[in-house]
Amino acid sequence: MSVARFWRKIPQRYNLLGTKCETCGRHFFPPRTFCPDCRRAGKIVDHKFAGSGTVVTYSVIHTASEQYEALTPYVIAIVKLDEGPQITTQVVCRPDQVKIGMKVKSVFRRIATDGKSGIIHYGTKFVPVE
Amino acid sequence: MRDVAVIGVGCTRFGEKWESSFRDLFVEAGALALEDARLSGEQIDAMYVGNMSAGRFIEQEHIGALIADYAGMATRHIPSTRVEAACASGGLAFRQAVIAVASGMEDIVVAAGVEKMTDVEPGISTDALTGAADREWEGFMGATFPGLYAMIAQDYMHRYPLTREQLAQVAVKNHYNGARNPIAQFQSEITLDTVMKSTMVADPLRLFDCSPITDGAAAVIVAPLERAREFTDTPIKVLASAQASDTIALHDRRDISTLDASVAAGQWAFKMAKVAHKDIDMVEVHDCFSIAEICAIEDLGFCKKGEAGKFTADGETALGGKIPVNTSGGLKACGHPVGATGIKQVFEIVQQLRGEAGKRQIDGAKIGMTHNVGGTGATVAVHIFGRV
Repeated sequence: MSVARFWRKIPQRYNLLGTKCETCGRHFFPPRTFCPDCRRAGKIVDHKFAGSGTVVTYSVIHTASEQYEALTPYVIAIVKLDEGPQITTQVVCRPDQVKIGMKVKSVFRRIATDGKSGIIHYGTKFVPVE
Repeated sequence: MRDVAVIGVGCTRFGEKWESSFRDLFVEAGALALEDARLSGEQIDAMYVGNMSAGRFIEQEHIGALIADYAGMATRHIPSTRVEAACASGGLAFRQAVIAVASGMEDIVVAAGVEKMTDVEPGISTDALTGAADREWEGFMGATFPGLYAMIAQDYMHRYPLTREQLAQVAVKNHYNGARNPIAQFQSEITLDTVMKSTMVADPLRLFDCSPITDGAAAVIVAPLERAREFTDTPIKVLASAQASDTIALHDRRDISTLDASVAAGQWAFKMAKVAHKDIDMVEVHDCFSIAEICAIEDLGFCKKGEAGKFTADGETALGGKIPVNTSGGLKACGHPVGATGIKQVFEIVQQLRGEAGKRQIDGAKIGMTHNVGGTGATVAVHIFGRV
């Protein structure tokens, strides 16, 4: 991912900064600038998510693309945030530890490295809540 | 709107075709389709070409013009348009051709699909395919394409009674059919054991749950039904053409284990064709992964949600079953040259309806269906065909 493409979403990637529609109260992560329910009547504002949620489904990745190869086997999951939206993320735990319905919370982690001399991509992963 | 018929079909052998270039593939498929329709190039009015990612796979864009040129159409200047919807590119190219003819704008139109995937390292093709999902918020987080379907499988198996063996049976059945299809990439039968002991890709999906990387091209020719007999004794009527969309990311879906776009496109198609499920003699569904076939036969309404595993294990989707699914071998055994797949599905159904499907022929087939999915279900094209 190019530097500019990564840089422009740093607040969202680092801090789970999404949006919500003040008209209907629906929350969005990844952020949307247009509410699909209220359409032009929607009013979108920033919203920082608390970072707690529940595992909806998951997989353990054994064959990854090059940038993620060193992490295998790693856990990816769809996590439902307490505020409503669902996101695709990694859960930092043993592959046999992850369960559907497991409570998780967000942590700041390295996501990928753009080659040996490229930038390091940081972002949000999740860990099990003890 | 005018009625539309398929008057000619052609398809290359699918596989790892080191000796064939992108151009070689579509020229071969196009020539076969023209020959089949007893047409000459001068009679073609327009072309639509499904292709997902020539930009990533062979670093070539501007595919519409390239294909028209190498098909010998450059001096005739006919319109040639590339259509892209990831793995549903072929299905949408076919739909565009149908719309062009139905509207009266064009008469004789080629719908083709082509993908040349083996000229790059597997890592690059895997990454290119991840572009069918949400690159920013799925791919970047480390979700691979098999990983996304694995999350569908995990959700499905948590909620419904699907065993790992039943899931494997999808691949076993598709390899059995592929072994009876001369264009299939894999022409050998496999056992449950082959699937269950294959390399883990994304838990619970193993290597034999996944469709392969494939080179190949397919082409079909459509014309107004009223003119079809000028070209063929066995025109196949397009009874319905439906297309639906959904959220690009799996995490935004209403239900992880239901492809709502499949449900919508399926319902529209049945309504348009004025046929019922019991009228369908066989269906080609988008089995990019074993779990995708399980979801597809339920989402299209051939069995109830949660019952497709048993339905498959009971042989109801096999040749001779209640509703034979993927008589071609499907994406799993016939191969999945992404942009060509939707056209190859039409190729298979036309062969079945003409009675030309050899060892995998469904006796007395009158009506057939195709189901082509882009990404994890963000685009779906469904078509229904009938003998006339």
